Amino acid sequence: MKKFMNTADNFLKESLQGFGAAHKDIVNCYYDPNFITRASPTKDGKVALISGGGSGHEPMHGGLVGHGMLDAACPGYVFSSPTPDQMLAAAEKVDSGAGVIFIVKNYSGDVMNFEMAAEMMSGPNASVLTNDDVAVEDSSFTTGRRGVAATVVVEKIVGSLAEAGGSLEECKKLGDKVNKNSGSMGVALTSCSVPAAGKPNFEIGDDEMEFGVGIHGEPGRRRDKIKSAQEVTSELLEAINEDLKPEKNEEILLFVNGMGGTPLTELYLIFDNAKNVLDKKNIKISRSLVGNYCTSLEMQGVSITLTKLDEELVKHWDSSVLTAAMRWGM
Amino acid sequence: MSSNFFIQKAKEIQIVIDANAPEIEKLDQEIGDGDHIFNVQRGIKLVIELESTIKDLTASKALSQIAMKVLSGIGGSSGALFGTLFMTMAKGNGIDEGIDYKKAIEIFAQGVEAVKQRGKADVGEKTMMDVLIPVSNCLKKGVEENKNKNEILSEAIDIAEKGMLSTKDLLATKGRASFLGERAKGHIDPGARSSQLMIKTVCESVLNS
Repeated sequence: MKKFMNTADNFLKESLQGFGAAHKDIVNCYYDPNFITRASPTKDGKVALISGGGSGHEPMHGGLVGHGMLDAACPGYVFSSPTPDQMLAAAEKVDSGAGVIFIVKNYSGDVMNFEMAAEMMSGPNASVLTNDDVAVEDSSFTTGRRGVAATVVVEKIVGSLAEAGGSLEECKKLGDKVNKNSGSMGVALTSCSVPAAGKPNFEIGDDEMEFGVGIHGEPGRRRDKIKSAQEVTSELLEAINEDLKPEKNEEILLFVNGMGGTPLTELYLIFDNAKNVLDKKNIKISRSLVGNYCTSLEMQGVSITLTKLDEELVKHWDSSVLTAAMRWGM
Repeated sequence: MSSNFFIQKAKEIQIVIDANAPEIEKLDQEIGDGDHIFNVQRGIKLVIELESTIKDLTASKALSQIAMKVLSGIGGSSGALFGTLFMTMAKGNGIDEGIDYKKAIEIFAQGVEAVKQRGKADVGEKTMMDVLIPVSNCLKKGVEENKNKNEILSEAIDIAEKGMLSTKDLLATKGRASFLGERAKGHIDPGARSSQLMIKTVCESVLNS
């Protein structure tokens, strides 16, 4: 394993410290328990959005804290769920009294820990569980489908509604709708190494790819010989479309997400190849996002997310946002 | 039963778990990701370190502290499951007025039921529930049938061992081992083995006291 690190024990702390210092205009970082909040307090009456998950998926979720998106994020150790004390401390800091929405990716550890936090919280709260990954029904870490890159879309759109004064109930409802309207699938060319483990999470040959990979490198649908980008993209979209069933002339968000080790050049190439497929099907790419948002450490890989849009979703997608990783309209 | 009881049992469990650590680690490397034993050892160590903090607390407060420590210190699914066990036991009705073996069995059974809900796992899925659920049922039945304490505890020790051994031929549907499908067959579940050892240690210790 080759990695920029000092010791595995300090890996997360030093990374959080750097993140906090680099973006001190946008976020505050707190330690023991670890959580990240906006630099400015939650407006009175605004529902607070809190997300979290294992570290190693940056910029998700800390990089999505800021105006128009999250109010707080709870980073666990690398690829390990955060714990209820983190969520409770974060909620204490950012709940203005209007309630808290927890946005949780469907992974067993995350679900159990967020569930406990919700039970221990005294104030009103609700949870949105994302499960957009169409690759596998049950996996090595989940019951049901995995929650992956569409979580970023959920956080943007629900964040916008909360900023506009949406109630706890409305935020929860919209979050569930975005999740239902989204489908994702990923493919990996290389593995990734958790600092504390010191070795790759899985083995993969030089000429192989893991089709349907999860965001920790967990197995997907099958191990294939590597194919052309167009073939890979077409197969990913085929799997997503089979599940999401977008209609002819339906407007969608096309989100090409890098898993950490794939250059933007290749992500844009995938976007082009995806556009070829969607154009042929008369599916309209109305909004787009390309970049590393939901990563898996240094993994070379890509995931594609489609979200079916309507007027409401477009409005909240376009609204202004100012976070470390996503900023537009202000 | 006082806060001191919890710490003493944790110390006894630590000795047994440490002695069996290589075996549990090997089981986990075969069908899991190899970190189970470290999580368990870390959790036990954290509980023992609470000794001075909880020594004067009531049973409910001591168990709450143990639950929070396990939750935040182990993390992941194991932290949530063991945290749920202790958190539920801490809320047991009237436990600050004294805990005899019947009360202990009652709150343990409530804890196991909560863990079952949290993990959404039942008997037969190759997890620690294959030990915890049968043991909990056996303890409750013993109390209902008015058996004496030593009889109940001896039975629980046997049932725990049977449950642990039963995981060998099961197909995993939960947790890491589930991905292995048929390949996980023939291996005892490491979580079932560690919980069986913990139950055996506590039951034997109470039997001999």
